[in-house]
Amino acid sequence: MMRIFRLSHRLRDPRYYQIAVLGTLLCCGVFALDIGVRWQNAATIAVSALGMQLLFTRRLRLPHFDPLSPLITSLSLTLLLRTDTALLAACAAALAIGSKFLVRYRGKHVFNPANVAIVLTMLASDHVWVSSGQWGSTAISALALSCLGLLVLTRAKRAETTVAFLLVFAAMLFVRAAWLGDPLTIPLHQLQNGALLIFAFFMISDPKTTPDSAMGRALFATLVAGVAYVIQFVYYVPNGPILALIIVAPTVPLIDAWLRGRRYQWMPAKTRSHQTRANHPVSGVYR
Amino acid sequence: MRLLITLLATALTVVIATSAEAFCGFYVARADTSLFNRASQVVMVRDDDRTVITMANDFDGDVSDFAVVVPVPTFIEREQINVGDRNIIQHLDAYTAPRLVEYHDTDPCARYDWRLHRELDGAAVPATSDEMRKAARARGVTIEASYTVGEYDILILSASQSAGLIRWLDENEYRIPPGAERVIGSYLKQDMRFFVAKVNIDEQSKLGFQYLRPLQVAYESRKFMLPIRLGTLNANGKQELYVYALTRTGRVETTNYRTVKIPSNTELPEFVQHEFADFYRAMFNRQVQNEKERAVFLEYAWDIGWCDPCAADPLSNQELRQLGVFWLDEQGGTNLRRIAPQPAQNVFVTRLHLRYDAEHFPEDLMLQETGDRQNYQGRYVIRHPWKGKASCDTSVYDAGVRERQEREAQQLANLTGWDIDNIRKKIPFAGGRGPESNKEPWWKRIWG
Repeated sequence: MMRIFRLSHRLRDPRYYQIAVLGTLLCCGVFALDIGVRWQNAATIAVSALGMQLLFTRRLRLPHFDPLSPLITSLSLTLLLRTDTALLAACAAALAIGSKFLVRYRGKHVFNPANVAIVLTMLASDHVWVSSGQWGSTAISALALSCLGLLVLTRAKRAETTVAFLLVFAAMLFVRAAWLGDPLTIPLHQLQNGALLIFAFFMISDPKTTPDSAMGRALFATLVAGVAYVIQFVYYVPNGPILALIIVAPTVPLIDAWLRGRRYQWMPAKTRSHQTRANHPVSGVYR
Repeated sequence: MRLLITLLATALTVVIATSAEAFCGFYVARADTSLFNRASQVVMVRDDDRTVITMANDFDGDVSDFAVVVPVPTFIEREQINVGDRNIIQHLDAYTAPRLVEYHDTDPCARYDWRLHRELDGAAVPATSDEMRKAARARGVTIEASYTVGEYDILILSASQSAGLIRWLDENEYRIPPGAERVIGSYLKQDMRFFVAKVNIDEQSKLGFQYLRPLQVAYESRKFMLPIRLGTLNANGKQELYVYALTRTGRVETTNYRTVKIPSNTELPEFVQHEFADFYRAMFNRQVQNEKERAVFLEYAWDIGWCDPCAADPLSNQELRQLGVFWLDEQGGTNLRRIAPQPAQNVFVTRLHLRYDAEHFPEDLMLQETGDRQNYQGRYVIRHPWKGKASCDTSVYDAGVRERQEREAQQLANLTGWDIDNIRKKIPFAGGRGPESNKEPWWKRIWG
């Protein structure tokens, strides 16, 4: 009975849902859409991310090895990052997990792990890229992705980042179309982009790297949308949102200092009390 | 005057079935751009922010009726426009075209297992008058430059208002399709420029060409894109477009549409050899429908130094340079190379094929270069069963061949949507029996 109780509490951790949804997306991408994922890269990324997590868990003497966050990072990386070199895939995963432990401010990591890994490897090598168009743009697939993503968000109860980002970005696309005199099909087509939705639902929404207050998150998402627009439609560089997130991420401590809020924890308080790591001075924040 | 407002299309190429021996089978035929009507071809050479575009021209009317409007992402000068060589584009088309290869079964009575060999595949004359300039200025249109390049009179235009530009084009006998004002207005606000070209009859007769040569433009811009929106305004319905991208690093793909690999390495019935064009058209149509008419298809991605099997020789360094590949080493020498991989020249070719209209391709094609240097080609295989005299009982071999022939029939039906019974009728099944004779239990064939 106690076991069932613990299990049901454990499942409140939204990361299980994130893993399930990202895993489903990956399966759809590989088997139905052929998005160009190489299984060697997927395996390398997972091994490298879990290995790094284990390394830091030992080095920092954390009480508990947590495989969930590195798994989510691995899935995000597998979905978005493309490379023809397995070594670069391994480097990206190591960078992602490494940044989480090493680049921190006031107990929070600054950059979204998958985001920082994609941008740094992309800048460092011609052999890394993001295939943003590979998801296609049919309304149906967009809708499916949105619904699945929303499920995760409602579990995480922090939907405002995604909603604000999508609203502001969409508004700018529609205003641009109106200014250019373009038909509405153009901004709609631009929004029905699988990579944009994966970014909105699974990357920018990361509660560990967004501001603590709801107001702060909305402000942060607006900033990301604005910078993404400038990158993509003023400077004509692809992958605007992904680049914008890494540029805007350092403003999170400033926003937190200005708009205070409650720090996010993955697990509900009751569940954490069952585990000794809750008493550890650095537990939780490394995930 | 008739206006060809879209990117230009090329002359038809002739399918010449030369055969070349190669590891990946014997080359039999290719599916080049002549298979499709209204096919435009564009070669894009791209590295960093530098782009050289070559637009093939298949205009076959009276040359005095020819006029074209080309949007370019930035201002261009006389030296940035050139007239290219049509033959090079035809060569590039032939080199990158989807191909049919054939294998012959060896004698089944020879002392080794033929099945071992089943998996072989690796799978400056001013062209404007002062009056023209004045009239243009009155419309808010500035003729920034005018040149005669080869057989073309070219004007580079900038305008403050699309309405003025449209009126000016109209007055100068460029017939504009309805809806163009909106698109031109959008391009103007995005700081795009236009150049317009007509044929200079005197120059053309002096040069002596019987056809119009492709126009080339070199420019520097962050935008790696191909404007297709004006092309969608033509009332001719869906259009075919081939983009050959020549890059230094790797394969090119679209960032705002799906880039899908065309099915490849499929074994097909022998009769496809004589119907390869029909097969490829039917298969392409079906793939377009499967992707709901919204995908760009990858037909070829290969290091341009070699090929296997070759549908045509790789392009020489001189040809590549004429297409605008500006990073080629001058010492590179000639390269009529085939089959075996050669030291890389750092030129990677991507052949993209799309069928577009305004409904399914509302936005211009946005492109990106990836780091992917994996070779890919549309390659189809036919296997001829052993037709020599048999010195042993071939019933087991025949049953295997029938199984293979049935599988090939099903694959062909799946790819093209053709009726399976019609396909079966065209297949000479081994041993003179139909595929149904294979329905006997498998164990009956083990020991003969």
